[in-house]
Amino acid sequence: MKKELVTLTVNGEEKTLATAANRSLLNVLREDLNLTGTKQGCDDGDCGACTVLLDGEPVLSCMMLAASADCREVTTIEGLAREGKLDRVQAAFWTEGGMQCGFCTPGMIVSSYALLKRNPDPSEHEIRDALSNNLCRCTGYTKIVTAVQHAATFEEFLDKQS
Amino acid sequence: MNIGTRVPMTDGPPKVTGQAIYADDLRLPNMLYGKILRSPHAHARIISINTSKAERLPGVMGVVTGKDAPAKYGILPIGHDETAFSIDRVRYVGDEVAAVCATSEQIAEEALELIEVEYEILPAFVTPEEAMGCEDESLWLHHDRKRNIEKQYHHHFGDVEKGFQEALDSGGAVRFDKYYNPRVTHVPMEPHACVANWEHEGKVTLWTSTQTPHYVHRTLAVVLDMPMSSIRVIKPFVGGGFGGKSETFTHEVAACLLAKKTCRPVKFNFTREEVFYAHRGRPEQYVELKTGVAKDGRITAVEAKVVQDGGAYCSYGVVTILYSGALIAALYDIPNIKFDGYRVLTNKPACGPMRGHGTVGVRFGFESQLDMLAAEIGMDAGELRLKNKLKPNTITVNDLRVTSYGYDKCIEKVMEASDWRNKRSKMPYGKGVGMAGSHYVSGAANSIIRSKLPHSTVSIKIDYDGGVTVYTGAAEIGQGTETIHAQIVAEEMGIELSRIRIVAADSALTPVDLGSYSSRVTFMAGNAAKEAARDIKMQLFRAAAELLGESPEHLVARDEKIFPRDEPHRSITYQEALLACIEQGGTLIAKGTYTPPPESQGGSFRGAGVGPGVAYSYAAQVAEVTVDPETGLFTVDKIWAAHDCGRALNLLTVEGQVEGSVWMGLGQAVAEEQIFENGKTMNPGLLEYKSASSLESPPIETFIVETIDPEGPFGAKEAGEGSLAATIPAVANAIYDAIGVRINDLPLSPERILKAIEEQKKRS
Ligand code: FES
Ligand code: FES
Repeated sequence: MKKELVTLTVNGEEKTLATAANRSLLNVLREDLNLTGTKQGCDDGDCGACTVLLDGEPVLSCMMLAASADCREVTTIEGLAREGKLDRVQAAFWTEGGMQCGFCTPGMIVSSYALLKRNPDPSEHEIRDALSNNLCRCTGYTKIVTAVQHAATFEEFLDKQS
Repeated sequence: MNIGTRVPMTDGPPKVTGQAIYADDLRLPNMLYGKILRSPHAHARIISINTSKAERLPGVMGVVTGKDAPAKYGILPIGHDETAFSIDRVRYVGDEVAAVCATSEQIAEEALELIEVEYEILPAFVTPEEAMGCEDESLWLHHDRKRNIEKQYHHHFGDVEKGFQEALDSGGAVRFDKYYNPRVTHVPMEPHACVANWEHEGKVTLWTSTQTPHYVHRTLAVVLDMPMSSIRVIKPFVGGGFGGKSETFTHEVAACLLAKKTCRPVKFNFTREEVFYAHRGRPEQYVELKTGVAKDGRITAVEAKVVQDGGAYCSYGVVTILYSGALIAALYDIPNIKFDGYRVLTNKPACGPMRGHGTVGVRFGFESQLDMLAAEIGMDAGELRLKNKLKPNTITVNDLRVTSYGYDKCIEKVMEASDWRNKRSKMPYGKGVGMAGSHYVSGAANSIIRSKLPHSTVSIKIDYDGGVTVYTGAAEIGQGTETIHAQIVAEEMGIELSRIRIVAADSALTPVDLGSYSSRVTFMAGNAAKEAARDIKMQLFRAAAELLGESPEHLVARDEKIFPRDEPHRSITYQEALLACIEQGGTLIAKGTYTPPPESQGGSFRGAGVGPGVAYSYAAQVAEVTVDPETGLFTVDKIWAAHDCGRALNLLTVEGQVEGSVWMGLGQAVAEEQIFENGKTMNPGLLEYKSASSLESPPIETFIVETIDPEGPFGAKEAGEGSLAATIPAVANAIYDAIGVRINDLPLSPERILKAIEEQKKRS
């Protein structure tokens, strides 16, 4: 198969790679860039485990060709923690029990992160709605909702951690 | 003090940052990718397999078929009916025929298409009736399983006829009803995956997403014909199991075989579709129940017939059918129980253990029926349940030993929280509340392979650095076992949680634990960890005693200090005691074990080994629903769930387990079903197998009930399974309360509700 040259800015780092035109962004992130934090739960657009941010918007990376992310900014779960400190959404998922097995968690956190960026004070319904493409089989979502609510009020977390 | 608080999972940071390494995240140098060829037929004879074209495809490095691993195995010693690949016959759509490995997944997939298999198609048995009705021996799935019956059990404790008569004589009620439970499956978010690495000198290491590394280890030794000591099984992070990763799977064997063949690491990663074929989920079951209740509300007798469609192989099937009978008992005080159980083989993927193993189908029926019996004798359904409570420290009629018992407290809790007395039968048409209860073993008292070996061993090492390393074979699969180990050791030693590092589930490093099944880990590995911690603490105390001029028995450890009881001012630090101790004898090492007490292990009748738990957890729930009688659509508005976990070592993870169980039960109540047509799975995907999203999931309010079990670590019992079974009948009972119709077939779909409403109209 013909390869294309694709340039992605992933978590702030520019990467140029040659890839077959039919490969998904998920596949390239995991296999070529070794960013295995983004998970594959179905490879079919049904579970949300592969959610990443593309120019700040959550997308299912399994449903997207790597080539169509050319010259765009990709943020994965690995890109959220800064200077050894967890992002508030990561911290809240941890302390509020928003994850159990952790497999849906990177996608959940990325979706929640995007939600709080566009809506800093979401209602429970808005949270459930924003996460409705992210399946979880462990938690029953109760503590995921709490975690996002908590993250929304978590301004002081970064200070507390340092 | 960390016990009884909300301790965030100690392995949380890697999970929230993407650092956690799951099996599919492993990349070894020079690694190959494996794929499995699966049967397209539900039942067929294999005439021939020709792999030569596949082998010639550039990039293909190895192909294996049945002849490469002919040894039979199975998780149960009485169910060795599987081989890694079908040798002469395929028994379900998805049965494994061959595996290839290649330099890329794509090439491996292409190679599968080049394998030529000639089949002679046989008639497929897709229902238990068909299977049991077959007289033609040559068509039985396994030649030694007559008329495809894997196992049948007939138990009778007390005298049910006498019990039914007593109910009637007292002016009570006796009912007979039939219930249907479809096949459901675990759907862990992480598909099964593994990597095998052949290390020359006849050694192999397997990293695999499993709940039972020890049993995988044992089986691999048989199938690979290698000593166990030459095999190393490591469990990386596991993305959920729920029972679905509790035995050895073909890809695990295939990875080892191909790694050996190619001398290169080989990875297998299931597609989502394959997870549905691997299955080992909850069987489709037909439940017939007859229950008698005396006028005063006492349950006088229960008679149950259970037929389970177990699919093509035994797996845990014998255990599943036995649980369905045994755990009729130990929730209520039932003096007379009769049970007829049939586990049947059919041409569908094999069923196995799933959260609430064996208990869920019967519990749905029983709790629904109890609701109707309560109405018939004019008693509140909550009161009737309370009326039949057991006493703690009871032996049931079928020899189950109940120690701590908090079911009555759970019922009271949810009645109060949900405002049950003001809601039940009192809400407007279309709205209703329903109640149900459930329970589960807190660790099976008998191991899968009966022996005198401990069920758990945990060891601890402390060196100069002051760090406490806990070695455990227990399999963390998201339920929080590593956190619980750390908490127990920290609590027992009186040290900070941050000192503790857990090394887990690596057969070369960690002592044996039987695995994450039957909700056994907190109780069993927890007790072993506590014993190990106590041992190592006493070593520190002996050194500290010399420094303090005290006897070791008088010392206590708290907040990183060791001091004589009641004299905290005369303390030395943990670190001081540690150095003194190491000076005397070097690195500190200790171990603890757990073996169930013989009195917990049940009776001596045939099948008595399954059902006994070292303790039992209890749960009660109330569900509130709103039903639209025009469309049959309904919403579950809220669930109040109380769970007796003995003692909550970690409030956060106990709540999480209860919420997860309730939610999973709810999924089975309202939508989940693996659908088949002529033996073929029709919905092998996450869109088609309806797993509820956050938007479709109701709020769940959890109440923890503590009973302080006399034998659990710090009084703890299980929290991960016992709540599931109650949710389904709670919802069914709520629908009845809302619109006055009974649905005895799952899932409780709008179509079934509409049909029931129509029938109700016809009758009236
Ligand atoms: S892996 Fe992309 S949605 Fe499931
Ligand atoms: S935490 Fe396991 S799937 Fe969500």
